[in-house]
Amino acid sequence: MEPASIYEQIHQFTNRANPYPLYAELRETPVARLEDGGYVVSTYEEIVALLHDPRVSSDRRKLAHPPPGEPLPPSFIGTDPPEHDRLRRLAMRHFGPPHSPRVVENMRGELHEIVKDLIDGVAGRTQADIVDDIAYPFPVTVICRLLGVPREDEPRFHAWAEQIVENIGPGEGDQDERAKRRTAAVLALATYLGELAQAHRRNPGDDMLSGLATYEGPDGSLSDTELITTAALLLVAGHETTVNLITNGMLTLLRNPGLIERIRDEPDLIIHTVEELLRFEPPVHFLPQRVALDDITIAGVTIPKGSSIVLALASGSRDPAHVHDPERFDPDRPYIQHLGFGGGIHHCFGAPLARLEAQIALRELAKRLVNPRLVTDPPPYRPNSTLRGPRHLLVEYDRVLPYRP
Amino acid sequence: MPARIDGGVAVRVVVDLTRCQGYGQCVFLAPDVFTMHGQEALMYDTDPDDAQREHVLRAAAACPVQALHVDRMATQHRTVEPELRHPTSDVDGEFKRNGHIVIVGASLAGGRAAGVLRRDGFKGKVTLIGDEKHQPYDRPPLSKQVLTGRVDAEHTMLPHLREIEVEWLAGTPATGLDIGAKQVTLADGRQIGFDKVLIATGARARPWPIEAEAALDGVYVLRTLDEADRMRRRLAAGVNRVLIIGAGFTGSEVASVCRGLDLEVTVVEAGPAPLVGALGRVIGDIAAGMQRDAGVDLRCGVTVTELVGDEQGRLTGARLSDGGTVEADMAVVALGAVRNVEWLEGSGLAAGPWGVATDAGCRAVDINGLVTDDIFVAGDVARFPHPVYHYQFMSLEHWGNAVAQAEIAAHNMLSDQAHRWPHLSLPVFWSNQFGVNIKSVGVTSIADEVVIAQGSVEERRFVAVYGYKGRITAAVTFDQAMWLDFYRDLIERATPFPPDYRMVGRPDEMRPVPAEVPQRMAPAAGATVVVTGHDPAERRVSLVRQQP
Repeated sequence: MEPASIYEQIHQFTNRANPYPLYAELRETPVARLEDGGYVVSTYEEIVALLHDPRVSSDRRKLAHPPPGEPLPPSFIGTDPPEHDRLRRLAMRHFGPPHSPRVVENMRGELHEIVKDLIDGVAGRTQADIVDDIAYPFPVTVICRLLGVPREDEPRFHAWAEQIVENIGPGEGDQDERAKRRTAAVLALATYLGELAQAHRRNPGDDMLSGLATYEGPDGSLSDTELITTAALLLVAGHETTVNLITNGMLTLLRNPGLIERIRDEPDLIIHTVEELLRFEPPVHFLPQRVALDDITIAGVTIPKGSSIVLALASGSRDPAHVHDPERFDPDRPYIQHLGFGGGIHHCFGAPLARLEAQIALRELAKRLVNPRLVTDPPPYRPNSTLRGPRHLLVEYDRVLPYRP
Repeated sequence: MPARIDGGVAVRVVVDLTRCQGYGQCVFLAPDVFTMHGQEALMYDTDPDDAQREHVLRAAAACPVQALHVDRMATQHRTVEPELRHPTSDVDGEFKRNGHIVIVGASLAGGRAAGVLRRDGFKGKVTLIGDEKHQPYDRPPLSKQVLTGRVDAEHTMLPHLREIEVEWLAGTPATGLDIGAKQVTLADGRQIGFDKVLIATGARARPWPIEAEAALDGVYVLRTLDEADRMRRRLAAGVNRVLIIGAGFTGSEVASVCRGLDLEVTVVEAGPAPLVGALGRVIGDIAAGMQRDAGVDLRCGVTVTELVGDEQGRLTGARLSDGGTVEADMAVVALGAVRNVEWLEGSGLAAGPWGVATDAGCRAVDINGLVTDDIFVAGDVARFPHPVYHYQFMSLEHWGNAVAQAEIAAHNMLSDQAHRWPHLSLPVFWSNQFGVNIKSVGVTSIADEVVIAQGSVEERRFVAVYGYKGRITAAVTFDQAMWLDFYRDLIERATPFPPDYRMVGRPDEMRPVPAEVPQRMAPAAGATVVVTGHDPAERRVSLVRQQP
């Protein structure tokens, strides 16, 4: 048998805890051809160029050999302009500028409240699982309130979301089997959200789903299918990624002695800490779904039209040609420019909310847990190499200080 | 150190809108400081309340292109360590320790150059001479946020470019330059000696040509902080109808602000449409549609022949070349700029209405065409040869050009000939008007053809690409700033026009049409070069083709 390529090794579960040395090897060939005929791009400048290259599509239906039919049409992250722009504008209208610039800012108090309660919940003990106790329930609660999804339905949609996420991107195991599991989960989630959206349309509240379901304007309105794909995207992305950002964050803080104390004492430090985290331990490691619409020559390699392109974001953010001493976690860097949220027209829709969630959760943990320490390092990881993060993160501490604003 | 502010110091914000791609992250995180007008036109408070400090820091950290400067300004380029000192020579000379550099012109270019001199290790004396009493301030907000009254004119000061140690000579214009004696003469008779001098005197608004009419109460030009402040106070006091003479970028932005204030606006433009001088007829017609949709009374192909006043010397209206009249109690003369070169008369430099000629490294050229050693020029007043555009001399009145050129000039002032950098930046500019963000890269004014390559003209979201003799020379975006860098790279690589690729958002039909840009530059048959490198230290051209 052929030895596994670097790219294949990255996706092997044994390398989940530390794929970064493999990324360094990957970057020796900035644009590399893969076994399946696709290309992986791993250096910062080249990734940035392709994120802003209109010859690069996000629509898998435009591949030379398109994948077998999906159960639903793609959400806006899987479409191109002008369709993409219309769908994203229709969603953004209820979440951010220019029409709703204060939605995220207005949630700040509520976010503090939720984190306070979750940390209060681990106060009677000296050990917590950062994933199960904080980093998972926090963003789930937030996205439920924002979208208008009943929190008590979480066990149902969590199972579907997990199936969808774990089967995104390349992975180990039988690919057909993965696709089947994914399809079943997508359909179940779609049915659930479809019914929920109809209920919100009949009885609108002050939430995003109601807004999406009832709005009509210059861009028209969302069709029933568009409404479901948009809501599913926001629900899944809204809680399957931030969990990793917060967990990776706590892990990184605990691996860097003195940082927790500094974050506690210097209120502004958390801002740059989270940016550096997005560079150093991002929740999304790859954008696996891009397509070359035309021949694209980059870094001396011509990617033929119709090829699949994988953008290795986490590798690009550690490219020594872009950032000095990239393997060091350093929130004091004068400039932190990273690919943690991608870039170009598909730049992460929920980035401002994810940032705020991570800033609040990590600072509160730093302030309130006394003498926190890792129980195991590295922690156990979830299987997925694209949305990468620990399955559990056990932390011991002496006690929990009361909340202080 | 990251952008941090000591307690009690006002927050000062500058957005490098040449870099901004409209991600809007700052609006999410500091909605009281940043606002989005339409999809991509960003406006901001340049000097927000100290209570906004934390919000502004969050916004600055979150900017995906790091275009936000809080209390400091950084270099424009993307490097491994932007603040790393760049090597200027193999040996540190006496000049770098004890020399005296005089900078004439205390605006964006002058202030920026002072910062770079210190960054690159100049320990000697720096003297900054300015004719205005103000410290360096940021002009772009003047025709936007300041006129609306959202930001006070005095609140547009550029952030201190670190703690720059300079001797300020404010409020005193320079009146002469003696190259032989190495002295600058000031209006009050003082003589300032120098080892090296940077000329960054910029330009001023072209006044209404008839002095008596220009003196009427209600007639304004817009270029300086004081002029913007006078206009703002007049607008706030109440105006019935504003007459805007000239529909270039300044005139169009003022028209946009005035319509935003719900004032009646008449725009008189000599050309066939707004912005034609810069962007050509195709884009001009789109801009005309924007103005008319916004309720502007736009009159093209017409000039103002007379500004009319009453017995008290107050403006009452204007007579037009087509025999028409306009009643107006305020007029804004937006007829472009005049370069501030009069003080260089007799200096022996190649200076004139076109600017001060330089080499590609910002060193001044004398009237014989010889390059000087110690005289440097940057910003609006400079006229430099650009390799990408057949080595033609060009002057660029753009924010980004002033910053980039100031950095090159300052670096080269400290460098021996083995370490000098060429000024190779492609011109980039932006304008926010009528809720649309317009951006441009490259030089449109030599183009012979233009094509809509992406998006939709009807929606006013599109990319227009300009070509000259089969090469891409420029691109203009309307609310599509995220694609601009792609076209910048195509220009730098001398890519064929039209850009006939399969692309997202490509219109069904991609048909080049005549650009109809007034030809101010005579296009010379010349060389085709390719630019490589991102950091100024590594940017170079290579010749790929010589036209017969």
